[in-house]
Amino acid sequence: MTNPRLLPLYATIAIFLVACVICYAQFPYMASTRVLGNLLTDNAYLGIVAVGMTVVILSGGIDLSVGSVIAFSGVFIAVLLRDTGLHPLVVFALLLVVTTAFGAAMGGLIHVLEMPAFIVTLAGMFLARGAAYMLTIDSVPIDDPFFTMLQKAYYLMPGKGRLTLIGVVMLLSVVAGMVIAHRTRFGSSVFALGGGVQTARLMGVKVGRTTVGIYAFSGFMAGLSGIVFAIYTGSGYPLATVGTELTAIAAVVIGGAILTGGAGYVFGTLIGVLTMGLIQTYIVFDGTLSSWWTKIVIGGLLLMFIVLQKGLLRLSTARLAGGAA
Amino acid sequence: MTIRTLLSAAAALALTAGMAQAQVVGFSQIGSESGWRAAETTLTKQQAAERGIDLRFSDAQQRQENQIAAIRSFIAQGVDAILLAPVVATGWDSVLEEAKEADIPVVLLDRQVDSSDDLYLTAVGSDLVHEGQVAGEWLVSAANGEDCRVVELQGTTGSSPAIDRKTGFEQGIAGHDNIQLVRSQTGDFTRAQGKEVMESFLQAENGGKDICALYAHNDDMAVGAIQAIKEAGLQPGEDILVVSIDAVPDIFQAMAAGEANATVELTPNMAGPAFDALAAYWKDGSVPAKFIQTESKLYTPSDDPQAEYERRKDLGY
Repeated sequence: MTNPRLLPLYATIAIFLVACVICYAQFPYMASTRVLGNLLTDNAYLGIVAVGMTVVILSGGIDLSVGSVIAFSGVFIAVLLRDTGLHPLVVFALLLVVTTAFGAAMGGLIHVLEMPAFIVTLAGMFLARGAAYMLTIDSVPIDDPFFTMLQKAYYLMPGKGRLTLIGVVMLLSVVAGMVIAHRTRFGSSVFALGGGVQTARLMGVKVGRTTVGIYAFSGFMAGLSGIVFAIYTGSGYPLATVGTELTAIAAVVIGGAILTGGAGYVFGTLIGVLTMGLIQTYIVFDGTLSSWWTKIVIGGLLLMFIVLQKGLLRLSTARLAGGAA
Repeated sequence: MTIRTLLSAAAALALTAGMAQAQVVGFSQIGSESGWRAAETTLTKQQAAERGIDLRFSDAQQRQENQIAAIRSFIAQGVDAILLAPVVATGWDSVLEEAKEADIPVVLLDRQVDSSDDLYLTAVGSDLVHEGQVAGEWLVSAANGEDCRVVELQGTTGSSPAIDRKTGFEQGIAGHDNIQLVRSQTGDFTRAQGKEVMESFLQAENGGKDICALYAHNDDMAVGAIQAIKEAGLQPGEDILVVSIDAVPDIFQAMAAGEANATVELTPNMAGPAFDALAAYWKDGSVPAKFIQTESKLYTPSDDPQAEYERRKDLGY
């Protein structure tokens, strides 16, 4: 018998394929490498941050700080490159240390104070946004030869589509996320934590270390996403990516992960991100629909997945009850 | 059989010929944060329809990443031109370069970017300093040589429209010593603040008897100030002259009621000049100047304010 936990993933993939077919039927040109390249490039920052969010959600937590951390990262990079002579790679390394430590600190607070992740990361969201504004209130352009090189790094696919560096970084992040979540001891601890803190303890999971690790990972991914976003826009802007944390959560849920934790796939998140990107592209191609339809469709998909999850939960409890009788 | 094939071939040819004529233009708009912005969107759609241009509209909901993604999609679609009203000045280099490589001309509307100017065809916008100057010059002629003490309602402190409209106004009244700028404070571009600050001006200036004219950086503040002047028992438009900038529908209503004297238009029709420039470019490749300045037209009660109000009220202001 098929594993009922795989059903949401199958649903995600099915929806993506149906969306592809609808797009192709209406705009045959959408089946071009240009659109594929755009889809990967335009959603690179979202895909990366969503991988971090997937791990957090698998553990039954939430991280609301990531959107602000991306904006902070952009401003941090832009201001440091403008005001110091540091090489961009050094700046990137510094930034990743800062955001990882920031995530780890939030994880520590969540564990030590036994506070809901929602509240702690909400505070983190305001802190990071405030820190971005402290650095600058303007949008700061980045003029660095190495940085420009990163922006222009792409592989020209047949059909003039561009497989950009940041698109590749996103795909690699997904692969790394898949390995970490599904193939490591840390990953198993994350899933165990998502099943319930008490049971995880009984299973011998080091809850504190895992919690700190989870939010540190999310902080790292948000920092990486911030680097990619800075490369994408070539500037740092403290007002950027407002609400991106919610978009990332939506991508994770559309990707088939269960919001209460314990079940889901990093690969599903990638499909969730691409589905959302595809909806946006469709609406731009059409050109007459209000772009707010993107939000309406995403809202509808979210609702559908939540209902699907509830249904599956009922199904499995019924099966358990049946087994006991 | 052959006739049928011929016919269908002819039909297909006619169809492609017809399609080739309709130019496709993508428009990436910032959002709909203000009435002026909504009017710009409405007018762009109207202008495109009048010229038979197939407009693809994308609202970025104030987010640059949405604008970049929309422009990339326009490029992938192979549109004939792109209109862009950029939400911020920075960060457009790589996407504008992509458009250039695909030979798609980009026209900036209303706001500028800090990219090199060979990456876009032209920018259509208003000269904010010039707007202030037109308002100042109107007041010089309205005062007609008599002494006039002016109070000023500034826009949001530090914002470029506030700085430029102040500079322009001062340039407009320069050399006319009969006109004196006595008080100047910010009303934050809002109606409520405009009313509040005007009230304090009136108290400070002998109940308003010493004020001869009000200059407001936008119409909304002027409308608020008109209310304050009326509440102080004075007649706006007669006891105190009112001149402001933007030309939104409400100021024409005030003008029709004789309560406002002049407004300088910040036209939301940025697309008209943009489409004209594009038409010339498509026709013979003629490249326009890098900045196309829209007209800063002065409206006074002699311009039939009621009709102007009717003309604007459905644009989405």
